[in-house]
Amino acid sequence: MVIEIVKGMAFTLRQLFRKPITLQWPEEQKPAPARHRGRHILHRYDNGLERCIGCELCSGACPVGCIYVEPAENDPANPVSPGERYARRYEINLMRCIFCGYCAEACPTEAITLGPRFELADYRRERTVATKEDLLEAWPNFAAARGPNPRGAGADQRGQAARAPGVSPRLAWDEDELIRREGGERTVPGNAGLAPHVPSVAEPRHHKRDR
Amino acid sequence: MTIVPPADVLGYRIGPDYWWVILVKAVIIVLFLATAAAYSTYAERKVAAHIQLRIGPNRVGPIGLLQPAADAVKLLFKENVAPAGRDRLLYLIAPGFAAAAAIFAFAVIPVNGTQTVDGYQLHWDIAHLNVGLLYILAVTSLGVYAIFLGGWSANSKYSLLGALRSSAQLISYEMAVAFALMGAIILSQSLDLEQIVNAQHHVWFVLLQPLGFLLYYLGALAETNRLPFDLPEAETELVAGYHTEYSGMRFGFYFLGEYINMVTVSAIATTLFLGGWLPLPIIDRLWFIPGWIWFLGKVTLLIFVMMWVRWTLPRLRYDRLMNLGWKVMLPLGLLNIAITGAVVAVKAST
Repeated sequence: MVIEIVKGMAFTLRQLFRKPITLQWPEEQKPAPARHRGRHILHRYDNGLERCIGCELCSGACPVGCIYVEPAENDPANPVSPGERYARRYEINLMRCIFCGYCAEACPTEAITLGPRFELADYRRERTVATKEDLLEAWPNFAAARGPNPRGAGADQRGQAARAPGVSPRLAWDEDELIRREGGERTVPGNAGLAPHVPSVAEPRHHKRDR
Repeated sequence: MTIVPPADVLGYRIGPDYWWVILVKAVIIVLFLATAAAYSTYAERKVAAHIQLRIGPNRVGPIGLLQPAADAVKLLFKENVAPAGRDRLLYLIAPGFAAAAAIFAFAVIPVNGTQTVDGYQLHWDIAHLNVGLLYILAVTSLGVYAIFLGGWSANSKYSLLGALRSSAQLISYEMAVAFALMGAIILSQSLDLEQIVNAQHHVWFVLLQPLGFLLYYLGALAETNRLPFDLPEAETELVAGYHTEYSGMRFGFYFLGEYINMVTVSAIATTLFLGGWLPLPIIDRLWFIPGWIWFLGKVTLLIFVMMWVRWTLPRLRYDRLMNLGWKVMLPLGLLNIAITGAVVAVKAST
């Protein structure tokens, strides 16, 4: 028993002089793994056109109903996306998102993927709804817009906080507005067209308490 | 009580010392112990962190040095949540007892040898007792009351179980500790701590009494409720043991008491086995370093070892703890006394 104790003590003493492996976040950061499922990114084609065609499949695939898409017709002279339509609004309620990645799987154009960003906390609930401008890859210079944060495409959290709150009302948060737009029926955004074999997910159980 | 004439107030002596000298020394010791305990918590966290390849507190002040202050402020501002069925008086005074019992023992520990300043004998202990060791053994036992009263008065099963365990543990190890100290008494032929230190002028007692030192140190770990003997507050079994129902600064006092206790038992071990304020015996040139620095250095070293042990060894099971105390340490202590006594007697007769 004594030998074991001495061995253990020697080991901990050696540990004492080894370099700590702690990463001093947020000063020190390491790149997220390639397949990290953090906050979503809306991608563009190489020519700058948005990949998203406003089909709302992501919204339908979402098990928690956290994605709100408002499609609009493309202007043929000045299209936003290569398809007929594009997403005029694209909002994700990150408080509700479970980062399952089904939206990325459902997307026919690979417009949405889950990205490396994970620092999603905020002091105001409204700001936890990511708008299209938050999610969309910058254009024309991705790298410059990405800035010093090695992990984050899209807007930085602090940049988001600096914007005047409430400039763009976030519909994925504002349920009353959503109900008004979708014809007075109490639904979760984007559950229209949901496959019939997944009825229960359209109305999450905690939904009423949320209000 | 002697009535002191007003003109002579400053000249009134308690024992060999003027009363105000004692007061100043007492204030210094209490402040020192509180600070030392606070920074022991910091050191504990740093040692733990580095053993686990972490960094530890480093956000409050440079390399986290103001962390104890931040902790103190936090504890002071926390709400005191108290159980409804408590014994109000005991619940209130028990934490104070914990801190006080740990401080008491320091009254007789000589931090440095007696010096003569302008013809005045300056003692570096508060009460210059000639039975200092006896006093220490008596006073350190008081810590049990803090723990048991705290656990009892809270009217909670976890507190009570922790308190019972703790009382049994402290009483068991008290014996072993007392026997372990006996060797030093035999060698120095004195209960006066200053004389015990002076007797180590040529060789520290840790070399003559390695077994006694080991037994004392193990016993000290048990008496301060440190791992691997931290059963009274075994988190996994008893929530937090005897101080489960304490919060805020009342909990802070228990915490303070525990860490002051670490300093105290380390100081006792230093005095009895590591030559107190004496520098290393072999190297004569080290005498220029003041004694109290040697003393503090040795105490710091022992406290570090306590932390090192804590972050290495797991907790003992309760029956094993009791077996170790009664069936291993106590007989070894008796053996140590027998051998030491025999050797001293043989040497004296030849």
